[in-house]
Amino acid sequence: MSKLQLEVVTPDTKVVSEAVDYVSCPGIEGEFGVLPQHVSMLSGLKIGALRYDNDGKHQYVFVSGGFADVNNGVMSVLAESAEIAQDIDTARAQAAKARAEQRLSERGEKVDVVRAEAALQRAVVRIQLAQLR
Amino acid sequence: MPSLKDVKMKIVGVGKTKQITKAMNMVASAKLRGAQNRIERFRPYAAKYRQVLAELASKVEGNCHPLLTEHEEKKVCVIVLTTSDRGLCGSFNGNLIAAALKLAKQKTADGMTVKFICAGKKGRDTVSKSQYEVILGYGDRMGRVDFPLANTVAQEVIHGYETLAIDEAYLVYGEFVSMGQQPPRTLQLLPLQAPENSGEEEANAGPRCEYLYEPNEEKLLAELLPSYVKVQIYRGMLDTACSEHAARMAAMDNATRNCNEMVRMLTLLYNKTRQAAITSDLIDIVGGAEALNG
Repeated sequence: MSKLQLEVVTPDTKVVSEAVDYVSCPGIEGEFGVLPQHVSMLSGLKIGALRYDNDGKHQYVFVSGGFADVNNGVMSVLAESAEIAQDIDTARAQAAKARAEQRLSERGEKVDVVRAEAALQRAVVRIQLAQLR
Repeated sequence: MPSLKDVKMKIVGVGKTKQITKAMNMVASAKLRGAQNRIERFRPYAAKYRQVLAELASKVEGNCHPLLTEHEEKKVCVIVLTTSDRGLCGSFNGNLIAAALKLAKQKTADGMTVKFICAGKKGRDTVSKSQYEVILGYGDRMGRVDFPLANTVAQEVIHGYETLAIDEAYLVYGEFVSMGQQPPRTLQLLPLQAPENSGEEEANAGPRCEYLYEPNEEKLLAELLPSYVKVQIYRGMLDTACSEHAARMAAMDNATRNCNEMVRMLTLLYNKTRQAAITSDLIDIVGGAEALNG
């Protein structure tokens, strides 16, 4: 059976470059799965967990939004930051969560609520993923 | 004629300077390799981004996004100037600042108020002494440029553009062409010019079939365009960082060579002085002996 080439790229590094059997993505309009020989598509992603299966093994990757492009059997995921579950720095995520919560609770004039919420969500997803590994 | 001791000390001094410039050259070359690696790693991201965005832009008709539309009244122009944090890299920073100030002058002549966002100490310090306002200044960050930095700068610019506080934005950076060439470049950030697919890319992409878009094209484009500003700023920063090291390497190489030349000249002078001293001593002795012989 043919495989799907998955590439997860961030500005600083290539996180994943592997031939896989199945990818599940946190799309803007909901989770979607991609199998090999998927029709060409482009979808926005939201903050969440990307899962790919290879030979029956699950692997989780954190993605902070971005988009996924499927074309000619290659799936490219472009995200501003992405980490394989094993590489998540739990302590840092906890700190980020506390910081975001504090900022949200202040609700002052200067607090950028949208950004703080996004930061909180990133931290929460990271912590969840770190527990899955 | 300087004394022998003076010349000797000067030779030692120049020798020490040479050691420093040589060390700086080597440090710069090591850092350059790091910076080049980062550009290499960023390239696939940028290339893919460009490709996808060009594809999308060709599908969406008209100027539907606020970042693509030109403002009718142009009052405020923001220049994002990236320079290095440290000097001793030849005319690199000078060239960048000159390019930025030239642009600023031109925009002022067009009746716009020019404001600066500076990444890198050198640019920030120079611009803040000029008549232009510095909205944001980042010092000591160019050594470890990261995406969040580009992100903050981009967000500031985008926010300003969307709230009509900014009508035009430019990026000035040092493009890394080769080891010997790092010309300053000016790039229009906003209003965005949608990237166009070059013919070459089109040919490599293979047969194009219909794409599925989720959500629709317009929404995706709206999602992706702001990030494209970040990508461009980040690229500019990486390029500047890389160019800085290349420029410093060249400058230090020159300095080392000049030191060698100076040591050679000083050694010559040293020998001449020594010989002159011996000659005058000899004249004294011979003169004394003649006087004794009477």
